[in-house]
Amino acid sequence: MTGRIRVRRFGADSIALAATLTVLVGVTIGGFFLLDLKGLNLGQATAKMFHDLGIMFFSPGADHFTLPEMGWGLLFTLALGLLTTVIGAIPALVLGLLAARNLGPAWLSWLLRGFVAFVRAVPTVLWVLIFAVGAGLGSVAAVVGMTFHSFGYLLKAFSESFEELDEGTLEALKATGASWLSIVTQAVIPSSLAAITSWTFLRFEINFTTAVAMGAAAGAGGVGFDLFMASGFYFNLHEVGLLTWGILATAVMLEWGATRLRDTARVRS
Amino acid sequence: MTRRVEQVFRDRNLMLWGLLVTLAVVVWLSALITEFDFGDGLASFPRALGWLVANFVPNQRALNNLPSILNRLGETVVVSVMATVLAALLAFGLALLGSRTTRPHPLFTPVVRAIGSLGRNIPVVAWAMIFLLAFGQTFVTGLLALLLESVGFLTRSFLEITDETAAEPVEGLRATGAGWGTVVAQAVVPTLLPSLTSWMLFMLETNIRSATLVGLLTGTGIGFSFDLYYKSLNYPSAALVTICIVVVVLVLEALSNALRKVIL
Amino acid sequence: MNVLEIEALSKDYRGVPALNSVSLTVKKGEFVAIIGRSGAGKSTLLRCINRLVEPSTGRIRVDNIEVTSLRGKGLRGLRTRVGMIFQHSNLVPRLTVIENVLHGRLGFKKTWAGLLGLYSLSEKQRAMDLLVHLGLEGQAHQRCDRLSGGQKQRVGIARALIQDPHLILCDEPIASLDPASAKVIMDELRRICDEQGITIVVNLHQVEVAVKYADRIVGIRAGQVEFNDAPKDLKKKIIASIYGQNHEDLLVEGVEE
Repeated sequence: MTGRIRVRRFGADSIALAATLTVLVGVTIGGFFLLDLKGLNLGQATAKMFHDLGIMFFSPGADHFTLPEMGWGLLFTLALGLLTTVIGAIPALVLGLLAARNLGPAWLSWLLRGFVAFVRAVPTVLWVLIFAVGAGLGSVAAVVGMTFHSFGYLLKAFSESFEELDEGTLEALKATGASWLSIVTQAVIPSSLAAITSWTFLRFEINFTTAVAMGAAAGAGGVGFDLFMASGFYFNLHEVGLLTWGILATAVMLEWGATRLRDTARVRS
Repeated sequence: MTRRVEQVFRDRNLMLWGLLVTLAVVVWLSALITEFDFGDGLASFPRALGWLVANFVPNQRALNNLPSILNRLGETVVVSVMATVLAALLAFGLALLGSRTTRPHPLFTPVVRAIGSLGRNIPVVAWAMIFLLAFGQTFVTGLLALLLESVGFLTRSFLEITDETAAEPVEGLRATGAGWGTVVAQAVVPTLLPSLTSWMLFMLETNIRSATLVGLLTGTGIGFSFDLYYKSLNYPSAALVTICIVVVVLVLEALSNALRKVIL
Repeated sequence: MNVLEIEALSKDYRGVPALNSVSLTVKKGEFVAIIGRSGAGKSTLLRCINRLVEPSTGRIRVDNIEVTSLRGKGLRGLRTRVGMIFQHSNLVPRLTVIENVLHGRLGFKKTWAGLLGLYSLSEKQRAMDLLVHLGLEGQAHQRCDRLSGGQKQRVGIARALIQDPHLILCDEPIASLDPASAKVIMDELRRICDEQGITIVVNLHQVEVAVKYADRIVGIRAGQVEFNDAPKDLKKKIIASIYGQNHEDLLVEGVEE
């Protein structure tokens, strides 16, 4: 047999893959040429960056606040995160039941999910700033603004968990003549409890980070605000370092907790 | 026998009530700490809605700003893509070093995990403010902040898929005598590339959402636009910026979902 | 001539012993089946031979070359001479059947050719011939994850054969297959041994299959060799001891008490 022997294949999936990667890489390379450095000396700036990072991480310290005060700031930020998680979770649970395609009408599911997609498309910081016009830059605007994404994320997560429930179980219960409400309270929620807890804690982890961001960008207070002051006002790298360590430690603990919960949920199911 | 069954139900109900009470207490404490008033919160909704409908609508003057808004939006999208792609490359390299399937040495794993943790547990805003000091109000600040955050998330995901999905093909190819580089090129990459790309698209969605926030703090991109109009009380223009952001996010989400279905 | 010599091989994982002073010789052209419970050490034993697992102590010689001290190029050279097939085939799922077969040649290539996957026409021809022989010609350009278990395993065999190996190690190759596919695979392995003189060492947990196909059976229990003789010498009592059961409780055909 002469001629060439083909080895590889070119299906729709590989073409889509290649096209996606080409576009992404192309834009990346193009970006370096098109974007404006505005006269920045990259070498100098990079050297300064390493110098800054060195001071931050290896000699943290504080002039404008004490360690207990930073602790309070972390607690404040955690509290903000917790509030928005709980306030978002409760309606998400109720509406999540309706949005689940095996529990509620299809059009309602479609409507709720569409609404949520829109809500999540507006960045959280913009929600907070919008509410701040009426309520002022403080906890109220922060909590209410952050709740939108909290609610949206959890609605999607909860409804998808409910949809994963065994069809047979639901069918059997419906056949016994049980009402929708009793099916939900006696079967759906108890089976999904592990998943619900896991998702909620995951969102709490995200909300902590968001609360830090709102403190920095939308005047909500807490460590985020302290960080904003230390870096943008006092230019005190030692403080920035100390605050970053505090935030890092808290976030790592939350992540550890969320992972533990998720693994227990997985094992149970 | 019935007594025991009753006992089980009573214990379960007790536990449930206990949990709910604890939750209520914690929430009440949090409201206290943050000085959050539930009444105020509830009242803010109709107030905000009224304000939105009246003021947060683009007008002709706002539309005049559209070209500059689109320009900044483009910049933001490009920076987000750059951050995502570069982060994916770095994260893949780190995953190769840290995964028990391909690591040169076991000690690499905890180091790689620590780097990932550092990247994703320091909030992107923190990174943004840190880099602002060195790189000023240029696209580099936002790029680096998003980059580090993305490396943090992607490294964890890539590690997981390299540990699990790539393990069997790697073993199969190692047994034929192929070297490490060949194993990576001929077994790891072909197996993982669709998942890696899917994760990249997901990360891109996240980054575009974060980019507004980062831009606000660092005076770059679309975040800067919003901040500019908001601070000068030019709410119609701020509304236009918001609408543009929403459109981009939704389009990207739809595109990303469609692509991921075909690729995987 | 001995293709494989294992001397006092031990392996422990952080103090937990998996293999305890195992010694074994395999002659050229032999078909050896290793039986034992899950966790008895069969997989570990096989993987020590081509160093996918590092032995703790002991010596292994393949074709009279000391395996335990090989590094880098030498180790890779050994692996090109030893083929291996796995319980789950261990193919690269999204690549085509023929590309997976050609992977068997990667160990022979220089780094660049390996990285880029450059194969010669004769290699590709050889791969196609193997696929024809194994009845997979029609699937040559299909994605491997679309194949059945039996088909995947045949691809695995082709990948091993294209290496022109002296020895093929098989780690539970039929454990995940239905009886019909299992027969196809075992028949093929036996044919390879008879027609090409390639030495075969197979891990199995089905004793009847071992008795039917093997020239010699090795029974492993808790990391130690309990039996090392011809199938006709395998009695139910011995199987019971290997599997830790009462011999009345075993479902084994064709074996005497």
